[in-house]
Amino acid sequence: MTIEARFHIDRGEFSLNADLAIAGKGVTAVFGPSGCGKTTLLRAIAGLEYNEDGYLRVGDQIWQGDGQFLPPHKRSIGYVFQEPSLFAHLNVQRNIEYGLKRIKGAAHKASIDPTIQLLGIGHLLNRRPSQLSGGEQQRVAIARALASSPDMLLLDEPLAALDDRLKQEILPYLESMHRELEIPVLYVSHSRDEVVRLADHLVLLDNGRVQATGPVGEVFSRLDLAITHDADAESVIETTVAGYDEAFGLLRLDFAGGHFSVAASPLPAGRTVRLQVLARDVSLTLAHQQATSILNIFPATVDQLVQESDAQMTVRLMAGPVPLLSRITRKSTEDLGLKTGDQVYAQVKSASLLIP
Amino acid sequence: MEVLIPKRIQLSLILALTVTFCAGQVLADEIRIAVASNFAEAIKEIAERFEAKTGHEVILAYGSTGKHYAQIKNGAPFEAFFAADVERPKLLEDEGRALSGSRFTYAVGKLVLWSPKPDVVDANGSVLNTGDFRFIAIANPKLAPYGKAAKEILQARGVWDQLQKRIVRGENINQAFQFAHSGNAELGFVAFSKVKRPNRAVPGSFWQPPQSLYSAIDQQAVLLKSNATARAFMAFVQGEEACTIIQSYGYGTL
Amino acid sequence: MIFDKQDLTALFITLKLAVMTTVILLIVGTPIAWWLSRSRWRFKFLVEALVALPLVLPPTVLGFYLLIALGPHGPIGGLMEALGGRPLAFTFTGLVIGSVFYSMPFVIQPLQNAFTAVGRRPLEVAATLRASPLDRFFTIAVPMAKPGFITAAVLGFAHTLGEFGVVLMIGGNIPGTTQVVSIAVYDHVEALEYTQAHWLSGCLLILSFVLLMTVYGINRRFSVVQA
Repeated sequence: MTIEARFHIDRGEFSLNADLAIAGKGVTAVFGPSGCGKTTLLRAIAGLEYNEDGYLRVGDQIWQGDGQFLPPHKRSIGYVFQEPSLFAHLNVQRNIEYGLKRIKGAAHKASIDPTIQLLGIGHLLNRRPSQLSGGEQQRVAIARALASSPDMLLLDEPLAALDDRLKQEILPYLESMHRELEIPVLYVSHSRDEVVRLADHLVLLDNGRVQATGPVGEVFSRLDLAITHDADAESVIETTVAGYDEAFGLLRLDFAGGHFSVAASPLPAGRTVRLQVLARDVSLTLAHQQATSILNIFPATVDQLVQESDAQMTVRLMAGPVPLLSRITRKSTEDLGLKTGDQVYAQVKSASLLIP
Repeated sequence: MEVLIPKRIQLSLILALTVTFCAGQVLADEIRIAVASNFAEAIKEIAERFEAKTGHEVILAYGSTGKHYAQIKNGAPFEAFFAADVERPKLLEDEGRALSGSRFTYAVGKLVLWSPKPDVVDANGSVLNTGDFRFIAIANPKLAPYGKAAKEILQARGVWDQLQKRIVRGENINQAFQFAHSGNAELGFVAFSKVKRPNRAVPGSFWQPPQSLYSAIDQQAVLLKSNATARAFMAFVQGEEACTIIQSYGYGTL
Repeated sequence: MIFDKQDLTALFITLKLAVMTTVILLIVGTPIAWWLSRSRWRFKFLVEALVALPLVLPPTVLGFYLLIALGPHGPIGGLMEALGGRPLAFTFTGLVIGSVFYSMPFVIQPLQNAFTAVGRRPLEVAATLRASPLDRFFTIAVPMAKPGFITAAVLGFAHTLGEFGVVLMIGGNIPGTTQVVSIAVYDHVEALEYTQAHWLSGCLLILSFVLLMTVYGINRRFSVVQA
């Protein structure tokens, strides 16, 4: 299933001009700075922003286009708003059942118990929203959105209104949801952290326009985008658990360009794990170092070089089919005589697991 | 050729004019009269004649007799009171708020059953018995003598009970007239003085019930303050000129 | 008991009038209040001013215009007659119509405020949960606006209890049909029947006070719960 969207929305000083295709599976993050139009785009897809001349196709249904506009209550969506928006006059159970009660017959898919389990809110069912913490309210909101068995889940910066502690409390739930859900998820955020942990695909938005779309690992490594040029430039690499070295407490993770050894707790074999590698943690050598403390070294080809400043360079490498960013000094690039096509070895000093 | 007026005569003339002028000013008085609503137009004409004759000013306040009574009891500053009944002036006299001996009947109210439309009320008032109307307006019998009279007439004709739901009560005789006049009630018991004008035929149709059917609506007036102008006014009202005016407006006089 | 039959009838008529007026206003006023709270039409202020008009108009003015409108020569009365019905002056129905206009802002304004207080978000949420506009209205807006409904009902009722000027103009003071307590009290005073006036007035005073206490009490309770 794919999703095709074209919107042109003018809101006074701000206008959204988006033309994009969204994957029908996995989590697509809509990422960009505040005020760039992410929420407007999400609301347009949900049908909450009425606009003329827009186009939206979801799978084989046309939700908007050719003069038609399907109102939000006829769209099979689940929407989680930024501020917890539970119905104050209903308890948690009735909140969750609200959408469930309104879907007809055959669409009445599996019961909501797994969702309640997944989000850990079983013990809150009889409480009123005013008795819950912000994090608990958002979890209920997510359960409520999922309860109506939507074909698509839309989340508008669901963690933005929470403090760090609550954020950390919910992220694991979101991550397990990511693993369990079979419907496409659109996740709006301005937080790099969240995006890097949760997104499969990325839509980069700035000033009301789509800057880039693609798998998250690829977009984060594109040197033509501003995000790869700040101090936190990183690579996101999908790996699979291959084994565990009990003696040294090292997890072995395989990816298309080689394998990583990372100090971590054991995880079941075959499990996918996402790795975050900061560009400043990646150094390069022309020859494979033997006696070195760095465990993670793999061959790579220099793909692109971009000068950041007088002193710094960003180098885009391909470790097999996987892009990897490296931030080194300009002097080193000259000393090593680096140019596109060169074979080098990438040395990754540390990598963080994004999913424990 | 110059005509010289001797200085002495000039002075005398000026003095005489001044005295007369000043005398006129000094003697010009202002009196306030509370008047029953139904007598409004008649009293207006009478007051105008009085003012023209004497140079005094007559300020008139119209309203229901009950309201005036309550106000006067509570100290309202009227010199005289022209009521629509006998009871209130008598009460004021008994309570010492009016000058005793000043009470007199200034007009006798006449009640008519009237409709602004020409064929509604016949000369015998049989429309009361045929009941061919939705609403009939009267003044509130509890509050207004004209209303009480209307009730008496309806009872005399034996229709009071059966017409209960169709009898619309105005707060005063004027509101009763307004109900009939506007057509909201097809007909009503109104003061004859409301429809009788000097030198004009009565519009619409009406029936004048015989005086025997209802208690006389003697309208009495009483002096409230010992005031020369007020006394003069009262005397004027009882004079011939005033009586003619009063009758031309549909009242009887003694 | 000092009440005579006519006074009791007046009380009954008054209560009947207040109940009917309140019910009609709740039914008719709710969609208007809803529209007023949602609409962004730039001429909305005209409608709001119209609704608020009975707040500032002397009741006698309202009664006067109603008398003309309901009379045989007026637009409503004439229409009624043309349709084979009766003009509405001096009828209980006419009083109900007058009271509906008279008490309109007391019902519509609290409802409008309560609907506005609900805000857009809960309704958007409900829309994403498959609720149609009518469904959203009944399952979200109305329950969340409950304090507003209570206030509107009580104020509309209490205000109609005290109606005088309008009834004076178009009622005709027919005992058993259009004689309400306020007119009865007026008449008692005019006729110097102070005892009866005291009893009727006292009754109305206590009833009104109890009703107002209820409104303020309930609103206090609701604002505490939602805090």
